Formats: sequence, structure tokens, C-alpha cells
Amino acid sequence: MTAPRDKSGRPIVVVTGMGVVTSLGAGKADNWSKLTAGCSGIHTISRFPIDGLKTTMAGTVDFIPVEPFTSSGLSERLAELATEEAIEQSGIGRKGDFPGPLFLAVAPIEMEWPQRMELGRVTGKQEIDYKDLLSVSGGGDFTRYHRRFLFGSVADFLAERFGTKGSPISLSTACASGATAIQLGVEAIRRGETDVALCVGAEGSVNPEALVRFSLLSALSTQNEPPQGASKPFSKNRDGFVMAEGAGALVLESYEAATARGANILGVLAGCGELTDSFHRTRSSPDGKPIIGCMKKTLADASMEPAQIDHINAHGTATPENDKMEYQTTLAVFGELAQKIPVTSNKSMVGHTISAAGAVEAVFSLLTLEHQRIPPTINYDNPDPTILFDVVGNKARDARVTAVMSNSFGFGGQNASLILTREPA
Amino acid sequence: MTETTEVRPGPAEVWITGIGLATSLGEGLDANWEALNERRVNVDTKVVAPYAVHPFAPVNLDKQIPKKGDQRQMEAWQRIGTYAAGLALDSAGVKGNKEILSRMDMVVAAAGGERDLAVDSAILTAQAKGNAAPGLLNERLMGDLRPTLFLAQLSNLLAGNIAIVHGVCGTSRTFMGEEAAGVDAARNVISRISAGQSEIALIGGSQNSERRDILMLYEFGDFCLKDEFAPVWARQGHSGFALGSAGAFLVVESKAHATARGAKPFARLKTVVSDHSLRRQPGDVTATLGKLWSELGPLEPDGAILTCATGAEPVTSEERSFLGQHPGYAVRATGTSFGHTMEAQFPLGIALAALSVSRGALYPPNDSSGFEIEMTKPPTQIVVVCAGHWRGEGMALVEAVS
Repeated sequence: MTAPRDKSGRPIVVVTGMGVVTSLGAGKADNWSKLTAGCSGIHTISRFPIDGLKTTMAGTVDFIPVEPFTSSGLSERLAELATEEAIEQSGIGRKGDFPGPLFLAVAPIEMEWPQRMELGRVTGKQEIDYKDLLSVSGGGDFTRYHRRFLFGSVADFLAERFGTKGSPISLSTACASGATAIQLGVEAIRRGETDVALCVGAEGSVNPEALVRFSLLSALSTQNEPPQGASKPFSKNRDGFVMAEGAGALVLESYEAATARGANILGVLAGCGELTDSFHRTRSSPDGKPIIGCMKKTLADASMEPAQIDHINAHGTATPENDKMEYQTTLAVFGELAQKIPVTSNKSMVGHTISAAGAVEAVFSLLTLEHQRIPPTINYDNPDPTILFDVVGNKARDARVTAVMSNSFGFGGQNASLILTREPA
Repeated sequence: MTETTEVRPGPAEVWITGIGLATSLGEGLDANWEALNERRVNVDTKVVAPYAVHPFAPVNLDKQIPKKGDQRQMEAWQRIGTYAAGLALDSAGVKGNKEILSRMDMVVAAAGGERDLAVDSAILTAQAKGNAAPGLLNERLMGDLRPTLFLAQLSNLLAGNIAIVHGVCGTSRTFMGEEAAGVDAARNVISRISAGQSEIALIGGSQNSERRDILMLYEFGDFCLKDEFAPVWARQGHSGFALGSAGAFLVVESKAHATARGAKPFARLKTVVSDHSLRRQPGDVTATLGKLWSELGPLEPDGAILTCATGAEPVTSEERSFLGQHPGYAVRATGTSFGHTMEAQFPLGIALAALSVSRGALYPPNDSSGFEIEMTKPPTQIVVVCAGHWRGEGMALVEAVS
């Protein structure tokens, strides 16, 4: 028998359902078997022409048909699949009647090029500007694009499909979004506002302009051949992240509510932390203080000491700067333990699922706790000698794992960390 | 079992201690207050003809965004928002106070995505002239897009810029989703402060309306007001919203935190509630607003309502039915004066409610239809109402601190 409240007197927040889709496949079973086998989901892009691009590979999810293709449409479908799996596992509510709010991490939505080009064709003109596009936008021919490209459209769909309660939250904290969605759910349950929350991160953004945007910021790996080898977290020759798609969904519940209904508890959201970096739009403060502070806040939130963390699911994007900074800040927080705690980056296999990453990696962290097995960081053939993490390189490792820290850092100074445990403390 | 009987403090009282407004009517509280009292409206049907928009009243950006480099890294919507956020911090007396700013929470309601119109037009024109090369789009985007434009488009980079320029760097969350994003930003922050999860926070949003790319999304749904401007309640047969340019930010904090630092409140933010009607049947929005009204807590009769009513249909008529159930209340449609500032409209409504409460008067009606009535007594409670043009309903109760 464990207390329904944590050491700070707040309701304990547990996970009772989870779902995941990545370029490796749909569902926890498929993802886990491929993840622990060291499979890569990264491949050469076939969705659109790659002529003229510096980066030609990504972790696209091509096995889920979306016609006509839009990134927001794919995000919606991926979120739906992951949520279905999570709700089914949790057994909560009734079909189409989820008894709590939705917190959705989703990429900012915008009209995309196929639609813009369609409008361009409809103008019938040879010289086209936005005045021309606007002149054919109204009148009811394109009402569907208003519905599709509203920023709230994916959340609106999910709220209706799953019957979540209240106003659904669509949020973006860039690459930390998935973790923020979970954090918002945890906070709502701790406030006693709800017993249960649906936290989802979804990303379907591999389209030409999104790829070009990251490419122009020199954020992406350009080691296109072989594509499976592109994402190399903690390697000396890492050269950027690999864009990817996917979704992760978690049903969070208060421990009290979950046990009262006899739910199977998959893990505990023991702590969340967040601290903003005001140094630069895309770079971390050189002293690492905001990330250090974020990790420390998360430990404090969980009432835990660094020695109690026995695995780190790293942000590990494989950009030269991120991995170096993540090591240095972890070293500052964990001391010599930073070189002993097994660390892995799921992004080596599934790529960087951006808005979904925090949620996808939380699911993988919980599976790690369940299976007592840490998925590898693949492509770890040429370790960076300045990063002295105990990287779980290339092969999965069986290990005693009781508490995982999962980190997410993003553009705009967004830093968020989670601590997940197997049992309530 | 280690459970103990808890002694929990009651919910913390939430005060509004800072307001930052930069709108089509001007910059700062006095300029906006004066314009409202003079029933002034700054609307333009030429700049993005035939659409009516409320253009941003120029400001000296250097006053709130001192580094030109920072200004260059932003597009207009971010500059407007960062500017207004700075005004709110000034208003609360916390500008430059590193100790407070380093633990200040921020929830920004944002859209994003201002585009490079010239690049887009050139690509569409090349395509129309028969260039069908498979790599055309890639090559033009790779060659022509400004590398940092992405950062000026990203929704969470308004918050990012506020952190960089003003040093607000406790936590930072960006909510998206049109009007509801502004409602839920306020709801999230009041919940956190009430529950002791936060002590002081910055909330708000911004929009730049003078852009054809921004108008397009709403024109798809035929929501945009064209050709002729009329007050929100006088758009029968000519419905739609005129987008408005504005930044509206608020500093909110617990009474205890404000008192400890000697800050004076504009008003109390008593309650924020929201819902998400699927709007399947006529009357659904009216019913949802009625339900939210009942959740606000005790209300005095003959009070005031500031509504974010857009002027678009059918939602404006639905809201009007709801308002018709409360005939004693003096209603003001902020959309008439400021246009529809979308994500920023609800924070703007709270700002105007707090301002009215603190100045002991509701500003006069500006409505040719006669729906808005005078209010002679000082308002002690103002309800802010929001029904989004497509989705999202919310309300806030703002009260005088006696």
C-alpha cells in the first residue's frame, strides 16, 4: 500500500495507457521490438521530389495513408492512432467519452504548398500574388481549408473523436512540446482539477518547406547515404538531426482514481521541470545554466536526488551543439554519476519527431522501465571523446531501471524534463 | 500508508497588476482609454482592400525592443507582441527586475506564420508560366527564403523573443488555436496561481492584421468583413470580422506576491472558464455560454459585459441571444473598437475590463444599433465573454479590488 500523495502532498500522477507511432511502425509492440533490435526508421524521402535539397532523408511515416496529403492531416491521423492505443490500454471511460481534458503538442499549422499551388491555378493568371490568391479564396470553394488549417484543428478533431472534456489545449514549445503536454496534464491532476488527462504529441511535418527551413538553419544532418546512418547522437562525426514523424499518447490519472477503478499502472510521472533560456533564439546559453536549472527543478519536483536516477533518455538530437551541451549540463547536475548512468537517444533510430518527441520518448522511457531493457543508441561507432556518457551504444542493454529522466530542449529557449518511475515513491 | 490529514491553504486570490496595450488605437493605457471614450475607431478598407482591417498604430519600437538586431529577427506579429509585453512589465513595475523575471511564468496565445509574400508569389508565378521541374519548389525555397524567417514564423518564438528581449524566463508555454488559445492561456495561469503552482505570470497575445497571407485562412471560410465597416452589432446582412492589429499582455500574480512587493492591482481576476462546443445544432453556442455564465460565481445585477464577439455568423447571433437573456448588463463589443485580434482578443478583453474597473467607469457605447447601453455607475464586476468565430467559448470575471 502506497500513499496516494507524493512527498510534496500532491496527488501522485500515474500512467495507465500509452500509444505510439513512429517511422518504425504503429503501436508499442512493433516499436519496442524494432527499437531494442536497433532498427532505424530513417529512409530516403519518397513523399515529394528531393531535387536540390541538401538533406534527402527523414523518418517519415509512409504506412499511414492521408489523401490528399497535408502535414496537419498526417499529424491528426498519427495522434488519433496513438490515442486509440492509449485509451484502449487504459480502459478508461467509454468509446468517444474520455473523462478528462486533452493537452496536445502539435506543430504550428499553416496552409501548405499543394493548396497554395491549387489556389494559384484557380486564379488562371500567369503573374500571381496574394491579392490574386485572396480573390479566389472565398465563396465556399475552399471552406475545407479553413477547417484544415486552423491552428486548433487537430485538437478540435481529437476532442470530438474521443470526447475529451472542456476546451482542448493545443500547445507548442518547439522540440519540448511533447514534454510540455505531459507537464500540463500532471499539473492539472495535481491541482485536483481532474482525475485523468489525455496528453498527446504529434508530428507530421516532413514537407518541402519544413525541411528547407531546418536545412537553412544548418540544423539537419546531410549525411544522406546510407540514410539509416545519418542520426548519430554522441558521435564525433554527428552533423545534425534527422526530421521525423510520429505520435505519442499517454493517459495520465491520479493514483487514487486509477487504483479505485482497478487500472493497471504502467508507471509514475514523478516529476516535471521547465526553465526558459533567454540567451538566443536557437542556441543554448553557453554556461548551460537554464538546462542545469531545468534538470534540478525536475529532480526537486520529484523529491529525488541525482543518485536515484538510473537511466537518462537524452534529448540527444545529434546536432554538434546539443549533445555537447547536454553532456556538460548533465555533468554539472549529476557529477561523476553522469559518466555512470546509462544514457540513450531514441532519435538515433526514429529521428527527431519534434513536437511529438517528448511524448514519444516518454512512452519509450516507460517501456524501458517495464522491460528493464534500455534501447540502444545506434550509429555509435565513433564516440565523441569529449562526451563521456555511458552511452548504450548499438546494442540494447538489460539493466535495473527504476527512474528515468527524459530531456527535451527546443528553439526559443524551451527546456523541459520529466522523471518517470516504475512505482510510486 | 503515509497519508496525513492535510491542512491546505485556500485558493490564492489573483490580481492583475500590469497591462500592456499596443493596438490600432495607440500605445499605452491612456491613449487607448482616451480613444475608447472618444469612440474613435481606426479602420482601413484600402491597405488590404477590399478587406476591412484595424491597422497597427505606429510605435517607436526602440522603446521596448532596444536592439535593432532583435527587431530584425522578428516579423511584425512578434514585434507587436514583444512591444506590448514590455509595456505590461513596465506597468507592473517589474521591468528589469531579474529576480522576479527569472521565475515569472509565461503563457502566450499565438498563431504565427507570416510569410515572405515575394518568394511565394515568385514560385506561383514560375509555376503558372509552365516551369514544372520537380525540384522547382525545393530550389526556390532553398535559394530565396531568408534563413531566419522560420524563427519569425514559429508560434513559440513570440514567447522566445519576450524571453530574450525582456528576460521573462521562468517557464514558457505557447498555446495555439485561435480565440480559445487566449482564453485558455488566462485559464491556465489563474488555475496555477490559485493552486500555488505559480506566483506571477505574463499572459497575452498579438496579431498583425495587415497581411493578405493571414487573411486567406479566414477568407476560405468567408469570415472576413469587406468593403464597408460597421459596428459589430450592425452587421446584419453584411457579416464578418475585420481583423485587428494589436498586442495585449497582462501581468497577473497572487495577492500575497503583489502585496509583498507593494504592487497595486488594477483588478482581481476572479474566474476564468472555457468550453468547446462542437456547434452541431443552432443554439449550441447560446447554451454553452449560458452554462459558462453559471460557473462564474456570484454576479451582481446590472453589471457590464465586454465581449469578443467577432461579427461573423452564425456565432454572433448565437451570442446575442445569450446576451439578450441578461438585459440589465451594459455590453461593449471590443471588436468594434479594435477589430478581431483573434488569439489576443480575450487577453485584450480582460485588459480593458481591468482598466475600466481601475478607472471607475465603463467607456461609452459605440454602436449604431442601440444594443450597447450607457453605464453610469462605476463597474465593480465585468464579465469578459468570448465565442470564437469557429470554435471555443470562454468567460472571465474581473472585479474591483476594494
